[in-house]
Amino acid sequence: MAKTIDQHFDDLRGTRVWRSIFRSGTGSSTLKRALAIQQNVFLHLFSTKVRTRMLSFSATWYLGTLTLGTFLILVATGIPLMFYYHPSVPQAYADTKDLQFVVSSGMFLRNLHRWSAHAMVFLVFAHMFKVFYRGAYRTPREFNWVIGVVLLLLTLLLSYTGYLLPWDQLAYWAITVGSNIASAVPVIGEKIHFLLLGGNAVNANALLRFYVLHCMILPLTAMFFVAIHFWRIRKDGGLYSHDSEPATVRANAVSSAKPAKEGQ
Amino acid sequence: MADETKETGEPNKDVNRRQFFLKLGLGSLGIATAGTAAFAYQYLDPNVLYEPSPVVNAGKPDRYPLGSVTIDVNSGIYIIHSDEGYFSLSAVCTHLGCMTAWKPELNLIACPCHGSKFNEDGKKIEGPAPKPLPWKRIWLNDDGDLLVDRSTDVPALARDSFVRV
Repeated sequence: MAKTIDQHFDDLRGTRVWRSIFRSGTGSSTLKRALAIQQNVFLHLFSTKVRTRMLSFSATWYLGTLTLGTFLILVATGIPLMFYYHPSVPQAYADTKDLQFVVSSGMFLRNLHRWSAHAMVFLVFAHMFKVFYRGAYRTPREFNWVIGVVLLLLTLLLSYTGYLLPWDQLAYWAITVGSNIASAVPVIGEKIHFLLLGGNAVNANALLRFYVLHCMILPLTAMFFVAIHFWRIRKDGGLYSHDSEPATVRANAVSSAKPAKEGQ
Repeated sequence: MADETKETGEPNKDVNRRQFFLKLGLGSLGIATAGTAAFAYQYLDPNVLYEPSPVVNAGKPDRYPLGSVTIDVNSGIYIIHSDEGYFSLSAVCTHLGCMTAWKPELNLIACPCHGSKFNEDGKKIEGPAPKPLPWKRIWLNDDGDLLVDRSTDVPALARDSFVRV
């Protein structure tokens, strides 16, 4: 009798090479499935078990996951864009136009990068509103809320630094205005302005600094905080569930809200 | 610890060996961190800037007819020929650094970014700009060209702030 696809996959998982990479081994017992998560360097950030109802759309609207999705799209589209873009005054605008009109699929990658950036800012805010109105920021999750605020700032800084790179009139004046806002900081404002731009005006140094910030420093910092953010979900008791609140908290919430949808 | 006391014959001092090395390690780390911070700051603070000179040659005075307000977009200054003489205003808005423009039909200087308005003396008519447009030092060189130093502010409407030809 012919083997099913599942059986072929089980055979693959039993091979020596596979076992040398994934230690958890074959089988679909609860233990094996838990080990598959726990022993994976990426997945071990997450809980080994999740309540089924927390995977329903209404529990989170998937906003955090969607934000991660846009971030991954931005990394995947941003790196190819770097192959054609020179962060220099004579070339930046011409390269942007080449990407838009000459390079194969350049327009697709650039537009996907741009729209994902807009979507990510929207999703970060939506995620924060959802967390706020569900009360999921409360003890023991305060620290993860703070990490989330840092990630909001990083997202906005990524948007801001990316805005200069096309080197058109819109970019130039937006960064002129934005960097002048930084000079409003008391005492050290002018110095921040000077260090951010690497000079007194938006010029070659500013373009290069924004490029390095946009392509290296800010994404790496964001990945670092995203890892902590995900790890803290597990450490703080998994995704926030209203049912896990003490009975008194639940009773108060129910009496002041419609009880019909209780428990999601 | 008790043995050490016995060997040296002295009572135990404030720190034992472990605490001493801990403090030594943290202290060294602190000094290294401060040094790295100072190094990073100095590295990111450019010593040489390849920016345009603050002194701009605005050409011969007869390029600017009496009563005219002329902007040089590249250098960000106005050359204004008034009854009192020639003077120069910064064209950079004092709000957030956008380039203003002369609006002859309104007889004023307006900023396209956030709507600040100034009269031709640089005086603020409407916000959000917090300050008037600064006057810049202007003089004639030996060739008879008007020169403007964008890095030097001069008092508005003062006698020395004009060039008379």
